[in-house]
Amino acid sequence: MATVVNETTPAAGRKPVLLQGNEAVAEGAIAAGARFFAGYPITPSTEIAEVLSRRLPEVGGTFIQMEDEIASIAAVCGASLAGQKAFTATSGPGFSLMQEMIGFATMAQIPCVVVDVMRGGPSTGLPTEPAQGDVMQARWGTHGEHSVIALVPSSVEECYTLTIEAFNLSEQYRTPVILLSDALIGHMREAVVLPDPAALRIAERGMPDCDPAEYDTVTSTLDNILPRPPLGSPFRVHVTGLVYNRRSGTPDTSDPAAAADLGRYLREKIYHHRDAIVRVEEVEMDGAEVAIFAYGSVARSAMAVVREARAQGVRVGLVRPITLWPFPTAAVERMAEQVRTVIVPEMNIKQMSWEVQAAVKGKAKVVDYGRVDGKLITPDEIFELVKPEFYYHKWEER
Amino acid sequence: MSALVDEQRLEASPTGDDRLPRIKPHTTSQIRAHLRSAKTLWCPGCSNGTITRALVDAILGLDLDPERVVVVAGIGCSGRISAYLDYSTVHTAHGRALAVATGVKAADPSLHVIVAMGDGDSSAIGGNHFIHAARRNIDLTALVFNNSIYGMTGGQMSPTTHLGDKSTTSVHGSVEPAFDLCELAHAAGATYVARGTAWGYQQLVNVIAGGIAHAGFAMVEAMAVCPVYYGRFNLTADPAAFLRAQKEHAVPASQFDEGETRVRDRYPVGLLHHRERDEFVAALGQVREKASEGRHG
Repeated sequence: MATVVNETTPAAGRKPVLLQGNEAVAEGAIAAGARFFAGYPITPSTEIAEVLSRRLPEVGGTFIQMEDEIASIAAVCGASLAGQKAFTATSGPGFSLMQEMIGFATMAQIPCVVVDVMRGGPSTGLPTEPAQGDVMQARWGTHGEHSVIALVPSSVEECYTLTIEAFNLSEQYRTPVILLSDALIGHMREAVVLPDPAALRIAERGMPDCDPAEYDTVTSTLDNILPRPPLGSPFRVHVTGLVYNRRSGTPDTSDPAAAADLGRYLREKIYHHRDAIVRVEEVEMDGAEVAIFAYGSVARSAMAVVREARAQGVRVGLVRPITLWPFPTAAVERMAEQVRTVIVPEMNIKQMSWEVQAAVKGKAKVVDYGRVDGKLITPDEIFELVKPEFYYHKWEER
Repeated sequence: MSALVDEQRLEASPTGDDRLPRIKPHTTSQIRAHLRSAKTLWCPGCSNGTITRALVDAILGLDLDPERVVVVAGIGCSGRISAYLDYSTVHTAHGRALAVATGVKAADPSLHVIVAMGDGDSSAIGGNHFIHAARRNIDLTALVFNNSIYGMTGGQMSPTTHLGDKSTTSVHGSVEPAFDLCELAHAAGATYVARGTAWGYQQLVNVIAGGIAHAGFAMVEAMAVCPVYYGRFNLTADPAAFLRAQKEHAVPASQFDEGETRVRDRYPVGLLHHRERDEFVAALGQVREKASEGRHG
């Protein structure tokens, strides 16, 4: 099974457009073929709903403002089961409410995309300020053993391209995919050269190529995840959140072997394809002695630090996970073999740095740095963390 | 009431309500052809099988294409209907059936979407979705199996458990008044509201068929018999006696006084409310047409 991946490099000769991160998500979704959105207003994600209420009907799609976030993700599951590419967008409090149906979508293997524009929390928290406190909620927010795919855009352009990526991954692996934006990325405006829509690779939902009568006898494998026919087709599928027999789809809560088979499959269908799913950007890692591990908006500050350090002849590199879940373990292991220190700045307290430590396995020092005041981590702050790691460099002579 | 109903092939309704389709009952083998399994996990004496049969009878009577029927169910005793019916079926999360069904219907308006829920499922955990689906007047048929108790979890009180009723969480008698689900749906904007009972089978089939044929949000409350929990705690543990009690308690809507409040032992049955109002999915289609022409006004 080949993973559909788009190059993020835009086609040459196209004109830049001024776009906001949230607008780019909405346009990216339409480019990916999404024709159904159900949502509930919440800062700082609301522009996504506003743009789609205008744009989706224009392209023959459906926009519904539901009564709450639980209903929003539920309607998204229903639309996806009826054959449409569907998604929703929210922020922390709404993301918490959606966890129940994200679990349903995971269990019932329903392709859908959930955009979480992160803000300060917990609870109502800092509604208009960015944060990265939902990274673990994205991984473990719903109950029970499961796996998930989460992508983290670091620019307006990536809001567009990674939204397309999120739909492609959700269709191919029949699973919810989380796009973890934040208040900074979502509300930022940048000039973006969007890729040529005709050149985009879009994963379409197929139909199983078997007779409806034989559908109950064919089973997905890790390397061949079969599409599910839509509701209202001759296949007359049954979809359930109960543990089910993976071949027939019939609920089966009394056979431990069936439960184990399903439980392991739901995890492995993602982890088995980890190399194809995980994307990491490495900047100036050639000869780097110290690495900064940063994602989302914080990676922008980290990038500035790397440029400045390299200009001063200081060998600092950046490892930027674009895929946060599944965790880019291989890239972190490689980094740990090379550098003596890994600096992990994030707008939460230690959430991903624990994960980095686990993958580093003591082979390098891990320095964590967190802010939870709704303010950005600046390049200067990160630079102050870099300096002590180069005790032999004469900073004052610069 | 709708072009969906072929008057020629329907016999006179025993309810005498000419606003309802009159469905001729089908044979057990005809019903069985619409079931994946006739083996259920429902307790002996439970009326969920009767209500399931009534739903299939209505679908057969309306001559719907089984491939275009979608049943979306919640969680609880009633939710299990999804695994037994041989249509496209979704067994969703507790309380969420109507919200999922909203997505299904909006994504493919040509589907016949029936939403099977329990009383707690639809009016406690799913109460918000219930009132908003009614407000939107989305073309769904909500079939609520009302047994006045949470059966699957072992007999706890629900929003339809009556004042003074006993349950495993109201052992001293409930101190909460019950919802009248039909009046709740009506007040929230439902355009077709009807009630039937497990005892009055033919009427139940007709009110379900009327709900499916209705182009808008239809709410059909099926008064269920739960001898194991509700009956044993409050009425009778004998299923036949429970059914006979339903016969006593159910009053034709025409004989129910204007403004009279339903109580445990006296409630109106039949078509209670019927009106026409713009339907939600059709309205979404009009928005699509306007927007594709570049009009946003």
